[in-house]
Amino acid sequence: MKIHVMAGNGELMGNLQPHADVPDEVSAVLIREASKIFHAADGSEVPALNRLSLSVDAGEMLALIGPSGCGKSTLLRLIAGLDQPTSGELHVGAAPVIGPGPERGLMFQDPNLFPWLTVRGNIQAGLVARGVLHRHRQEVEEFIRLVGLEGFAKVYPHQLSSGMAQRAALARALVNHPKVLLLDEPLGALDQFTRMRMQDEVLRVWEKRGTTMILVSHDIDEAIYMSDRIAIMTPRPGRIERLIEVALPRPRQRSSPQFLELRGAILEMLHLAGKAEDGP
Amino acid sequence: MASPFVEPAPPVASPRETRWDRRTVAPLGARGVAAVLSPVIAALLALLVHDVLPNRQIALSTWLYPLLLETLAAVTLALAIAQRVWPRFRAKVRHYGPLLAGVSVWLCIWDLWTLKLAWARLPHFPGPEMVLQGIWEDREMLVESAFESLQRLGAGYFSGVALGLLAGVLMGWFHNVRYWGTPVMKVLGPIPATALVATAMAIFPGSFLPGPALIAFAVWFPVTMLTMSGIMNVPTSYFDVARTLGARRGYLIFRVAIPAALPSIFIGLFIGLMASFLVLVVAETVGVQNGLGWYLIWQLGWAEYDKMWGVLFIMIAFFSGILTLLFKVRDRVLGWQKGVIRW
Repeated sequence: MKIHVMAGNGELMGNLQPHADVPDEVSAVLIREASKIFHAADGSEVPALNRLSLSVDAGEMLALIGPSGCGKSTLLRLIAGLDQPTSGELHVGAAPVIGPGPERGLMFQDPNLFPWLTVRGNIQAGLVARGVLHRHRQEVEEFIRLVGLEGFAKVYPHQLSSGMAQRAALARALVNHPKVLLLDEPLGALDQFTRMRMQDEVLRVWEKRGTTMILVSHDIDEAIYMSDRIAIMTPRPGRIERLIEVALPRPRQRSSPQFLELRGAILEMLHLAGKAEDGP
Repeated sequence: MASPFVEPAPPVASPRETRWDRRTVAPLGARGVAAVLSPVIAALLALLVHDVLPNRQIALSTWLYPLLLETLAAVTLALAIAQRVWPRFRAKVRHYGPLLAGVSVWLCIWDLWTLKLAWARLPHFPGPEMVLQGIWEDREMLVESAFESLQRLGAGYFSGVALGLLAGVLMGWFHNVRYWGTPVMKVLGPIPATALVATAMAIFPGSFLPGPALIAFAVWFPVTMLTMSGIMNVPTSYFDVARTLGARRGYLIFRVAIPAALPSIFIGLFIGLMASFLVLVVAETVGVQNGLGWYLIWQLGWAEYDKMWGVLFIMIAFFSGILTLLFKVRDRVLGWQKGVIRW
């Protein structure tokens, strides 16, 4: 079980070795014909996902975009194991997803920091939960440094700015060295400036760690800026409408002609998808 | 790319930075001087009123009340001097000055109303000197009674809290326990503990146990209710986060549900404490020979109104001291919660 840390330059990542007790099979995600039906209060069935299939390569950054209510978050919750599909299969590596696990990290739009724990307490929560804090105590400091929160370790979440809170949430999601990181619009609530900095922050982690990332976003620019591929979803019930390869070199220029061209094409597709839904 | 994001300034000042510094403390100003000296002047004025005006009630002795006022004047004068020498006391002395002056003013009004003008008459309304005299005479018995009451209250309150927390956590977490527990709560909870005095005395033999049992009963209900509702209202997102971090049931209950429910639990502890005071005093008036409640009824039986008032003041100090202690514990435990809910 040898782990290759992508682009590990020894600066920060050198000391952060993957944990032996987190399963480290190949980190590809495979979803086969997954459907999810919710039951409304009146007993009617609300299909959220309909026979959705998707495969995400190990180490890939995949963006999921689509109109709100198309089941993006539902899909992430299925991969995280927080919800079970009504039918179909999900695999992460070789193992079927049967419940939540530390090898799949999840980050929400709301940082959801535990308000009763300090920044350090929050970041090490995953280690405490797995009972391995004593073995990885010095790593916590590395993660605090990784997200630039040195000096704020003893601060409670209510004292943090939204950008700092989201960085603490990122460190907390990374502390278990997840093979797959699921990002549910993690930057949606941030202002434009903080958001662009956080995008680079996430990209930096992704490049250094080689974590497979699935990023749900409302923001087409963000999807193009960050991902290897963009999956466009259609609403109710959600399916993958189209997969778009983003072949631009990194680091990407948000105002380059190719960037803008791709952006226009995707906007057009989303517009058509919205029309199709409204039609007869 | 070493450290791309350095926040320009910390969002809050650390406690160390807000500590008083000689150079940064502003001088008092005229209003400040008045605030700092007002308790000294008020105490001296009250003393003057007491010494100069003729009495219209009988006064058996007259040394405790003047001593109290003299002590007040001396202490507040010492504080006024202290804040000049050590400026870090300044804000506190300035803040509490008018309140301490209010104590003297209130004592002076009481003295005027009773001893000096006899608008409220003996034996029901003794003046401050008589009440202080009563407390002084019975000081040993009062200390003993307060100690007895404290034991009764402590035993009852803590066992009620323990039962309430246990029941509340179990009912909040396990659906089956809630299914069977809710009807029990709905039947037993609303019964006023004071209605069960005779029952408690029949069930628990001896003179000590019935009191704590009644107090525990009164405390158990609000603590259970608010613990349960606190746990049931924990946002599911916290559990989702914890589960994706690898948390199992033990972590979810003890490290997520209970901490998240603490603000609600503390409201239960507060309501339970208020109920315990009520039940304590009532329980001590029946079938026991000690405690503050017993002392009150006993003095009332002898028509010793000065001593009845005396024990009321002792009770005020006793109960509000305990309540302050609870608030201190809450402030410590819920320090993380500032800005979420205040009460």
